[in-house]
Amino acid sequence: MPFPVSARVSRTTLAVVPLVAASLVLSACGSSSTKNVAAASSASGAKASTITTPKIAVGFLMVGSKKDYGYNEAVYDGSQAVAKDMPNVNVITADNVPESNAVTTAMDSMVSQGAKVIFASSYGYFQYAEKFAVAHPDVIVLHQGGFQKDAFPANFGTYWGQAFEPVSLGGMAAGGTTKTNKLGYVYAFPIPQTIANIDAFQLGAQAVNPKAQTYLVNTSSWCDPVKQSQAAAALLSQGVDVLTQHQDCQGTVINAAKKAGKYVVGYHYDAQSLDPSGWLTGSAWNWAPIYKKIIAAAAGGTFKGSPYNANWVGDFAHDDNPLTLASIGSSVSADLKAKITAEQTALKQPGASVFKGPIVCQDGTVLYAAGVTPTYDQINSINCLVKGVVGTLPKS
Amino acid sequence: MNGVEQALMFGVDSGTAILLPSLGEMVGQRAGVINLGTEGCMLAGALSSFIVASETGSIATGVVAGLVAGMLCGLLHGWLTVRRGADQLASGLVVWFLALGVTSVFGSGYTDRIVTGLDPIAIPGLSKIPWAGPILFDHDILVYVGYALVPLTWYALWRTRIGLSVRAAGERPEVVATAGGRPQLIQMSAVAIGAGLSGIGGAQLSLSLGNWTNNMTAGYGFVAVAVVLFAAWRPLGVLAGSYLFGVALATASVLQAHGVGVNQYLLDAMPYLITLTALVLLARRGAQQAPEALVRALTHAA
Repeated sequence: MPFPVSARVSRTTLAVVPLVAASLVLSACGSSSTKNVAAASSASGAKASTITTPKIAVGFLMVGSKKDYGYNEAVYDGSQAVAKDMPNVNVITADNVPESNAVTTAMDSMVSQGAKVIFASSYGYFQYAEKFAVAHPDVIVLHQGGFQKDAFPANFGTYWGQAFEPVSLGGMAAGGTTKTNKLGYVYAFPIPQTIANIDAFQLGAQAVNPKAQTYLVNTSSWCDPVKQSQAAAALLSQGVDVLTQHQDCQGTVINAAKKAGKYVVGYHYDAQSLDPSGWLTGSAWNWAPIYKKIIAAAAGGTFKGSPYNANWVGDFAHDDNPLTLASIGSSVSADLKAKITAEQTALKQPGASVFKGPIVCQDGTVLYAAGVTPTYDQINSINCLVKGVVGTLPKS
Repeated sequence: MNGVEQALMFGVDSGTAILLPSLGEMVGQRAGVINLGTEGCMLAGALSSFIVASETGSIATGVVAGLVAGMLCGLLHGWLTVRRGADQLASGLVVWFLALGVTSVFGSGYTDRIVTGLDPIAIPGLSKIPWAGPILFDHDILVYVGYALVPLTWYALWRTRIGLSVRAAGERPEVVATAGGRPQLIQMSAVAIGAGLSGIGGAQLSLSLGNWTNNMTAGYGFVAVAVVLFAAWRPLGVLAGSYLFGVALATASVLQAHGVGVNQYLLDAMPYLITLTALVLLARRGAQQAPEALVRALTHAA
């Protein structure tokens, strides 16, 4: 057999191209699936929770693996609940869709399979989702976590929850449990919802422990286990004894806490089983209720002008916050648990808020004076870290 | 332990996940085959070792599984390029995509698990050395394997007959054939062994972090390939390049945990900027030292 030299290269390069294509398709097949669930759920006797709608196909796009034990798995769980409880809905899912033109391609493919409603579930999908909605007036596109400042096309909407509500309860669990008064927060990017979460976490912590401080490390990635482990290690060696995170995948940070015998507050998904003794509590998404409401509105023709044809935000006060408080672990004292539960109940009252003046930035400037309660939009535009947070936001 | 020591210590840890694949890739490139699929072979090793360790409870068996998976991955690349004469860059990308797809399918059932066991072992005596002790000698076993492999690889490639054959296959395979050797067999073996080390690198990642995450290598396999060029195909250079990258990565976290205000985006780019700068500075020297058969395969020159 001759050596691989130039004469053969162009021919073999050509031969390899289809292989690349084939393996791309394979990886796509592996990560997307179509499920016609009408048959599956008709067998179950749970008629009480089923919602009957006209026949409709619905697509869900996820940026990471549908089995990431985090943000994306929560979306996938929501889509499967829809499939189970809405017999006439054909659920199409695609995971591992990067925040690029791949979003448009994936949505095109869903539309060609008959999808009339598409949930784009990653923050970075926003521009693609909005453009797609404008280009396809007959398809209703929803973006998870975005915020539309301009007028809404009749077929576009965003939805989210006041994430900082359960996060502040997690902060209470952390602040009340720490022995070193140092809490560690591993986050991805300094976007408004993350800043609000960090501030809420610190506010919750200092409500039960005025000495508690939150140390920050960012990873510039939604899921990079190497950076997560370094961030966790750096925080732990600073004396931090409770770790929390705003990352899509949470296994690495939880394991880092577990190995060190420290505590962890989760985010996105209830992962108590990974570290039963170190797990304090966390925030866990429950998307199914809002997915079902939006799909019912879309299938019934009432989407246009509805609250979902806007920036819809669920909260504790309306009992529809998609981000819920996860299970509370055994390391949380009974006294602290009672405080957390009481605060959760208090937040359900009208006018209650995690952010209540005085809110003071790190540098001492008063962001909101005593007695002032910022609106949700104002909270989402806070760009300073509150006093008690150690670390700075990345400078650009 | 102060911040500098922390950055160095964490850098050695993360650097090992680059050092092992990079040493392996150096062996392959010395034999005249570049494997961009290193990233994929790391993923294969990371998942296989995690599944086996998690099912059997044995970390050692897991590491062996990572080695085997890496080698199989390398054999695929070797078969495509050496036996079938496929373009090396294209084949490497195919192997990467394939591994990414396959691991994302088979890994989906393992994201909700944690494996423990690949814990730091402080070497008695050595770890007590002031300053350097904790930085260098308080790590998991695979970090020490990385230390040992640097001189071993050097010895094998430059002081043994087999090493001479490997390097000869990377320079003038025709000459090896004329002398009665089997250059294709040598190249296949070198690629398989190299990818096997990538598999162990992946195992170090998933087993030391204790969990499997889809696409968890996040591009570090490509860094490992770049480090080989950076190192001008020398083991000590590979060691330096890998740890330099690891320390640069760790610095970003450590600075933040100490509350130091820095330009995060510059810090994130730093490891890549350092590697890139070194590549440019070393380009002239590197071009002279590049294995001839590798240059021919890449430039498609006769």
